[in-house]
Amino acid sequence: MGKVKGKSGPLARRPDNSAFKQQRLPAWSPMLTATTVLPFFYLMALICMLLGVWLLLTVQSTQEIKLDYTEAGTCDMCFEKRKNVSNAAQICTCTVVFPIKKALKGDVFFYYGLQNFHQNLRRYMDSRDDAQMVGRKTNLKNPSSYCEPFMKDPNGLPIAPCGAVANSIFNDTFTLTYHGSSGPSIPVPLLRKGITWYTDKNVKYRNPKNDNMTLAQVFEGTARPLYWQKPVYELDLLDPTNNGFINDDLIIWMREAAFPNFKKLYGVLYRAKQPFTKGLPAGNYTINISYNFPVQYFRGRKEVVLTTLTWFGGQNHFLPIAYLVTSCLILLIAIILTVVWWKFGKNGKRLEE
Amino acid sequence: QYLCAKHEERRVRANDREYNEKFQYASNCIMTSKYNIVTFLPVNLFEQFQEVANTYFLFLLILQLIPQISSLSWFTTIVPLALVLSITAVKDATDDYFRHKSDNQVNNRQSQVLIRGSLQNEKWMNVRVGDIIKLENNQFVAADLLLLSSSEPHGLCYIETAELDGESNMKVRQSVSVTSALGDPNNLALFDGEVVCEPPNNKLDRFCGTLYWRDKKYTLTNQNMLLRGCVLRNTEACYGLVIFAGPDTKLMQNSGRTKFKRTSIDRLMNTLVLWIFGFLVCMGVILAVGNAVWEREVGSLFQSYLPWDPPVDNFLFSAFLSFWSYVIILNTVVPISLYVSVEVIRLGHSYFINWDQQMFCSQCNTPAEARTTTLNEELGQVEYIFSDKTGTLTQNIMSFNKCSINGKTYGTDPLDFTPFNPLADPNFCFYDDTLLESVKVGDTHTHKFFRLLSLCHTVMSEEKSEGELFYKAQSPDEGALVTAARNFGFVFRSRTPGTITTTEMGRPVTYTLLAILDFNNIRKRMSVIVRNPEGRICLYCKGADTVLLERLHPCNQELMNITSDHLNEYAADGLRTLALAYRDLSEDEWEAWSESHRCADKAASCREDRLAAAYEQIEQDMMLLGATAIEDKLQEGVPETIAVLSLANIKIWVLTGDKQETAVNIGYSCKMLTDDMTEVFIISGHTVQSVRQELGSVCLSLSLFSLQCPPPSPPPPPSNLMDNISGEFALVINGHSLAHALEADMETEFVSTACACKAVICCRVTPLQKAQVVELIKKHKKAVTLAIGDGANDVSMIKSAHIGVGISGQEGIQAVLASDYSFSQFRFLQRLLLVHGRWSYLRMCRFLCYFFYKNFAFTMVHFWFGFFCGFSAQTVYDQYFITLYNIVYTSLPVLAMGIFDQDVPDQRSLEYPKLYEPGQLNLLFNKREFFICIAQGIYTSVVLFFVPCAVLSNATQSTGVPLADYQTFAVTTATTLVIVVSVQIALDTGFWTVINHVFVWGSLGLYFTIMFALHSQTLFKIFPNQFHFVGSAQSTLLQPVVWLTIALATAICIVPVLAFRFLKVDLKPQLSDTVRHTQLVRQKKRKPVGRSVGGAWRGVGRVSEGRLGTRGSRRSGYAFAHQEGFGELITSGKNMRLSSLALANFASRHSSSWIDTLRRKKHSHAHTPPSASGESSPPLYRLPLLFLAGE
Repeated sequence: MGKVKGKSGPLARRPDNSAFKQQRLPAWSPMLTATTVLPFFYLMALICMLLGVWLLLTVQSTQEIKLDYTEAGTCDMCFEKRKNVSNAAQICTCTVVFPIKKALKGDVFFYYGLQNFHQNLRRYMDSRDDAQMVGRKTNLKNPSSYCEPFMKDPNGLPIAPCGAVANSIFNDTFTLTYHGSSGPSIPVPLLRKGITWYTDKNVKYRNPKNDNMTLAQVFEGTARPLYWQKPVYELDLLDPTNNGFINDDLIIWMREAAFPNFKKLYGVLYRAKQPFTKGLPAGNYTINISYNFPVQYFRGRKEVVLTTLTWFGGQNHFLPIAYLVTSCLILLIAIILTVVWWKFGKNGKRLEE
Repeated sequence: QYLCAKHEERRVRANDREYNEKFQYASNCIMTSKYNIVTFLPVNLFEQFQEVANTYFLFLLILQLIPQISSLSWFTTIVPLALVLSITAVKDATDDYFRHKSDNQVNNRQSQVLIRGSLQNEKWMNVRVGDIIKLENNQFVAADLLLLSSSEPHGLCYIETAELDGESNMKVRQSVSVTSALGDPNNLALFDGEVVCEPPNNKLDRFCGTLYWRDKKYTLTNQNMLLRGCVLRNTEACYGLVIFAGPDTKLMQNSGRTKFKRTSIDRLMNTLVLWIFGFLVCMGVILAVGNAVWEREVGSLFQSYLPWDPPVDNFLFSAFLSFWSYVIILNTVVPISLYVSVEVIRLGHSYFINWDQQMFCSQCNTPAEARTTTLNEELGQVEYIFSDKTGTLTQNIMSFNKCSINGKTYGTDPLDFTPFNPLADPNFCFYDDTLLESVKVGDTHTHKFFRLLSLCHTVMSEEKSEGELFYKAQSPDEGALVTAARNFGFVFRSRTPGTITTTEMGRPVTYTLLAILDFNNIRKRMSVIVRNPEGRICLYCKGADTVLLERLHPCNQELMNITSDHLNEYAADGLRTLALAYRDLSEDEWEAWSESHRCADKAASCREDRLAAAYEQIEQDMMLLGATAIEDKLQEGVPETIAVLSLANIKIWVLTGDKQETAVNIGYSCKMLTDDMTEVFIISGHTVQSVRQELGSVCLSLSLFSLQCPPPSPPPPPSNLMDNISGEFALVINGHSLAHALEADMETEFVSTACACKAVICCRVTPLQKAQVVELIKKHKKAVTLAIGDGANDVSMIKSAHIGVGISGQEGIQAVLASDYSFSQFRFLQRLLLVHGRWSYLRMCRFLCYFFYKNFAFTMVHFWFGFFCGFSAQTVYDQYFITLYNIVYTSLPVLAMGIFDQDVPDQRSLEYPKLYEPGQLNLLFNKREFFICIAQGIYTSVVLFFVPCAVLSNATQSTGVPLADYQTFAVTTATTLVIVVSVQIALDTGFWTVINHVFVWGSLGLYFTIMFALHSQTLFKIFPNQFHFVGSAQSTLLQPVVWLTIALATAICIVPVLAFRFLKVDLKPQLSDTVRHTQLVRQKKRKPVGRSVGGAWRGVGRVSEGRLGTRGSRRSGYAFAHQEGFGELITSGKNMRLSSLALANFASRHSSSWIDTLRRKKHSHAHTPPSASGESSPPLYRLPLLFLAGE
């Protein structure tokens, strides 16, 4: 471009003629024209509509049974019992009977749910020590100060696992029994393992390294959380590998819920044996509950949920309906825009001419 | 400083360092830099924390260190704060480095110091007060010196003070007579005088002191001083005694900090930030109240699971803490990166201005320069331009363009003089060879014409070597005329008080100069009476045609008519004319007049009047020779620029020190004034009453006109009648009238009148008045003002306007130093404003809108979450996301938009100056737009929170694990947020360069990369407590339901925006939309629209027309001489040298090849699109689209 090379001559201080410096970079200048916006809106409406319908159909194929057992069945007795703190150590079991009218086909998931339990309070969520739960020995004996006031027990022993989260673990246990129309009652087998995130079970929670020591020895010198009946290394008496910090129930509890009403996975139907190979058959069921977790202090409710799943999870009516509503709104907007464009639009008219 | 207070005076003894050291005067080392390596960090940090925003973030940081309050880790604040601080620090350090460099360069200049009787080279910084320095020609003065002696007679020396006060003419300084005798170093070494003088001050034109030497006192004045920054000229050498050194010198005392200019967007932004603080506090209070209620109702019941923190004993205290916690969480609505991003964007825009090739002047090798980086977007909002005339609109070059000799007019084609006349000035250019022919053939009238030009003037000549002539003319017009004569073979060679030597057609002739009848403003003419070698006496006279034509011999009637026509023609071309006449005098006549003249000259009383009468007596019955026409050359492209700028609704006021005639003349030639203007008002009253009266009558006729001819558009409401007058008026006001008009009781009237006029010219104004006018408009109109000028007299105006522009490369650098932007041609102003300014404004507005939007969208989610988490100040997002959101994930795309966005290409904004209007009306970012952004941000935050909340609270993974856990929710919301704001920036970006693509996609990519990295096992294994989100990213993002949620939220956020934007473009398209659309559709056929929009357009079509109408506005010459001529000085023979030097500045200045300029100018006159300015100058005929927009 006739630029003088070097630093002399009358054009020595002339700026470079590069596209960047002259602000002439090749560029794409999109513009909102009727020909792009209107088809886009219709397309959006269509896509949302299709998605909505598809999701709705999918959701329709799932089944869900919710059962609030806070005071249901014989549990009202336990409910009353738990109102008094001094009874905390006493065992209380109760039974709730419920029918399943239509068989739950496929994998059936068993959840416990809590309402009005705030796992999402800032100080509650902070009240844990991940370093302790990943098995660091120093942290085992010296938990993070965030765990206060659940850091040390009255005797000054460090609590393992420390903090409010672990301390408040949900400790009701359930056994589900099937009463078929004929024959004896059959206990419904539940798989209570492999129900956590892979990373939680294998990375995030580790027991302290024990060189030929038993878990009990490893946790020696620590105290169990104040509200616990059992120490952490005896959480699952049946399966020694499911003890300590890597206990599935503990892990699931430690994954705090985002909202005050939540459900957490308790177990999955084990479908190896009849009559549960195809899911839960219709009929009457009873749940035996070891009723430990007091909810009346905070006006909470407890429930169990049985559900089947599809590719995108459990029963969730919000998403398909939201998609359908959105689709309708977009369609409405698109129609309005088209009318406006056709009747009043300045660009529209000018394009016509 | 305290020394000055202690000693009311300063004592300096020459050649006595020991004595002077007692006083601890500052050394000559200057330091403009602020920091050194050790002090940089503390001082810079201290300065930075004086900014409110930084202090605020420091306060937040301290809050975060309180565990009961800390809702976020300390690093969420410290990382952005450190980043912001370090960016600013780096910028400050770079600036300071360059200051150090220039200080070093200045401090290490060499000067010759007299030490122990011998001259030694010393660095400037080692010069001490009391030293004697030798200066040589063209050297800078190193410190403030008392002139002791000089190589020139009488201890005179000459200095140029351009760097000091911008005046480029030479000034003379004289030493005290006793010291001037001490010629050589040996004597000076023994000099032990003591100077007692005032302490350092910044008054450039004042100095008082006393020299005590050999028991005598000598008074010292400014006349004896050489100030630092001056340059010694035309003096071989001189010696001076250092009185003030380094920081004490008047130059340094004057270089005070310029006042910091802020843009209106800045001010708006500060207001908005305050509002946002208020909003933040409101949110905090609401949430704190919520917390109080919650803790009382629910939290107290929940205490068995989560007891209150030890210091908290009731819900109120908890609410109090919660307030602060929320202040910390929600602080991101006042984004820390806002200020630094704005600075970065402005810096980018400044670089684009510096890099713009189309604002590079190849003749003077000067690119445009943005000297301040903080005002760019204000360039897009300018409503008033105040322009200097000389050197800004005009080049201050006069060219002899046309002439009429004995009824024949000359001047069309370029000529080459060299073969004809070896003494020709190579820079001279004339365009008619018939004139040359007539000179060659010896036409008597032509010869007389040029003889007159070569004799009748007060020019001094300097012939350095044979044939190399330099003329030093008092005014450029005169120089042009003498140069013309020189080139046509009548060369003025030299003069003595009694003679004029010329070379006529190669033959040297010496005339006896009998008298110079000098010019003054009343006479408007000058004459010389000379006796030629043959002994004949002749009077030669040149002057304004109005006065000269009256004094002609009656027999000239016919010639007078023809010449008069020619004069009209020249005047119509915007040229400045002079009529020439002569009169042969007989010896008797001369004797008689000479006697009366002598009488008048000696008269004790009324000398002036009697002299004038005597002159009048002889300047009678003259024979007309012809007329000359001189072009006061406008700078390239001035009329076009003014036309384009006034189309952009920018009002241009010319403020000049020139005379009214000159100013009006230039007004016409640059098409500010046109002959088809309804009326040009002139206010030139000398008293308050007369000015008031004149203003009143202007007002009256303005309102009369608007009543008689209502504009085509709907009639304006009567209240602002004055603003809506569509007729074309112009106002010319004189400096002395302006002084009255600027008084408090009249200024409103003056402003409203002046603003109703299309063009305003203020002539004969002082620098102070220039600034006052600017202040007046700033005060009354609330409009953005821009002042452009080139000389020291424009500095005050440049400083007081919102934006100051300096024209570089003409006069001194004073104006440039005071300016915010500088370039070398007035025409670059249109590009600066219409292209760079417009873009800057647009970009800044879009940037701000988006920036506030994205931060509200980001932050308000916490507010909604507060209702679900017991107002416990739990954040929705991972703390790393909060840290990085503003500085990594969303900063680059919006920066790219802020730096590179363009709505229409640059040529279009010059073609459609109306595109400039949104900036002036402040449409793109104001409080309303801000609230729209905020509303959009809040809407987005609602969607961002409630859609994932509603979906996830029930959803499970396909493995049955519920999705309602906090970490999944956090990742989903964060991802949705990043995607929504990325889509939004994609919508906002109008100009997708590669960089935008890289930044937008890169930011998204970066988000996912960083998230996966932060949620990786490796980091968790090292810091389990810090990176407890381990595995969340993959676990969440593998779920189809999460992606469906993100898609749904994005659609809900974006669709309304898209619909509104489309409706806006469709129903109320802005001009820029239309232009873009046209660009898009590439409509080749532009339909001309018949209907005219308003008066504003009418003048336009005419601009490209070459000629003005001929409505009899002959603007006669002799407007040029601003002061009395030098006639008396020449005839008296006093100090020829001095006077010639005083004149020296003009001829020496324009040594560069202005012939190029001249030729180009001519070409551009011939063919309308000027080749030199190329694409930059807009074709004015492509305007029809504007009409569409105007409707």
